[in-house]
Amino acid sequence: MRKMSMDTRRALTGIVFVLPFVIGFIAFFLYPFILSLMFSFSDVSVGASGYELTSVGLENYESALLVHESYVRTLTETVQSMLANVPAILIFSLFVAVLLNQPFRGRGVARVVFFLPVIFNCGAVLLIENYDFLTNTLTGGSAASPGSEIVTSLFYGLKLPQGVLGYIMNAVRAVPDIIKASGIQILVFLAGLQSVPESLYEASAIEGATGWETFWKVTFPIISPLIPTMIVYTVIDSFTAPNNRMMELIQNTAFRGMGYGVSSAMAWIYFVVIAAILAFVVWLVSKWVFYQE
Amino acid sequence: MAQPITETHGSDLRRRFEKSKFQGLVWAIARTLLLLGMAFIIVSPLLVKISGSFMSLEDVYDSSVGWIPRRPTLEHYRVVFQFMNYPRSLLLTTLLVTAVSLLQVISCTFIGYGLARYDFPFKGLVFGCVLFTLVVPPQLLLVPLYINFRYFGAFGMGPGVNLLNTPLPFLLMAGTGTGIKNGLFIYIMRQYFKGMPRSLEEAAHVDGAGPFRTFFSIMLPAAQAPLLVIFVLSFAWQWNDYFYTTTIFQAKNDLLVHRYLGVVQDYMLAFREEHGFDAPFEMSTMILNTASLYYIVPLLALFGFLQGRFIAGIERTGLVG
Repeated sequence: MRKMSMDTRRALTGIVFVLPFVIGFIAFFLYPFILSLMFSFSDVSVGASGYELTSVGLENYESALLVHESYVRTLTETVQSMLANVPAILIFSLFVAVLLNQPFRGRGVARVVFFLPVIFNCGAVLLIENYDFLTNTLTGGSAASPGSEIVTSLFYGLKLPQGVLGYIMNAVRAVPDIIKASGIQILVFLAGLQSVPESLYEASAIEGATGWETFWKVTFPIISPLIPTMIVYTVIDSFTAPNNRMMELIQNTAFRGMGYGVSSAMAWIYFVVIAAILAFVVWLVSKWVFYQE
Repeated sequence: MAQPITETHGSDLRRRFEKSKFQGLVWAIARTLLLLGMAFIIVSPLLVKISGSFMSLEDVYDSSVGWIPRRPTLEHYRVVFQFMNYPRSLLLTTLLVTAVSLLQVISCTFIGYGLARYDFPFKGLVFGCVLFTLVVPPQLLLVPLYINFRYFGAFGMGPGVNLLNTPLPFLLMAGTGTGIKNGLFIYIMRQYFKGMPRSLEEAAHVDGAGPFRTFFSIMLPAAQAPLLVIFVLSFAWQWNDYFYTTTIFQAKNDLLVHRYLGVVQDYMLAFREEHGFDAPFEMSTMILNTASLYYIVPLLALFGFLQGRFIAGIERTGLVG
């Protein structure tokens, strides 16, 4: 022990610190991960003395994509709503963070309120809420926000291209969902805004910049490194969102439907599609982010 | 090239000042309305639940009754309390979630510290694995995890040990930093420790403290803010999780989630048996809202108690870089 160099000893200590994770990663992540890949190519039969795999080639993938009555539709819907919601959530949370960063009375309460959905608007409660009669009558349905018709008609008045209009419509309709999915992002952007040095604002005020210019030329570049992280976080969050029907479908397929094999194939298709999109978007955004080095 | 302040320049300045004052007022009003509107959208589900939980059946049918029940009743609270077996399910859930989130906090801090402060072979790979656990959707791992815990330790060869319907799967995963969104917690702690001055540890080293002593008596107390943040997040996410919980506890129905998910179905069935199958769907609404309140109020109470320090803590965690 005495003869060991300082570096070796430090390296060993470091390994002791991360050892729990390495064990957990292999036992509860890597092993199930590989198992899942194997399941997706096999017929899985479960008995009292263990499980057996019979290789079936691509049959499970065929069942998921060609035979299952709603998988393809659910997949496209899930991916579509993710692609639509992620930018909307980021823009919205940045906007709210800017609002909450201004000095006004009740700011502390407002911050807590915007974080509340992270605490109570998720998981089992929201899962059931979507079926509630009273929620739907009192708030006009979970898919529509109060007053969304007004906004909708407002935008119809503007002569916008069909695609842009459609996107705005859907965003307006999804306002409650977007607000509820923005809790963490708002707080992170808010912390980012507070880390912008005051001297930069003073300098731009002296140069005669307007608030709008200051935001785009000073504030935005400084907080832009947060954007790739927040994109990844928002996408990850959408996996476990209660309105993600993919989750229910995969769980139901495994335990009450076509079985473990098909369910694993479904999950793998979902994962590969999401990972490809995520990698592409993060690559695209990182090229354009401003790093202050 | 300083301009002399002329008469016109001065009045121009004043006009600009007054204009900006007016703009400021308009903006303040607009901001207040916006924030109030959004706050209403956020809080309204909670208000609906409170309102619905006190409504009697006549109130639900009465279309003139809006948010405030006309014939309020506490009957649902009593019925749902029994249906959910509330004291027992609350106690069990609190025990499980507290144990799991404490374990997650300890393990993620430990791992995050190792990644932030020590150099060892394959460190980059280990950190990459941490991030990778986040990106893989839980749907992918659900079935193999279920099978893994059903025949635990057998690696596909034999019967192994059945860990389903025990809290062990949760404790094992939490203790090794692979529970719900634990990659995020490891990431937060790593960033936080990276931002702390090295001089603290150097001083501890000079005073003769070993690495673990330094970690427990110097670094942990200094990391209270992010520790609280990850504790609250981990508690809330574990409490709200039904995906893993209903999979691992498929048989045992004594946790709050099962009681909550079950109460609606059970009650609806019981109700329909009593009133025939024509019983309208609206009947469930009071039960549903009361049960939701029973489910989330403990969590809201915890958050209400810790919110000040939590919000301040998020601003100090390493998430911002």
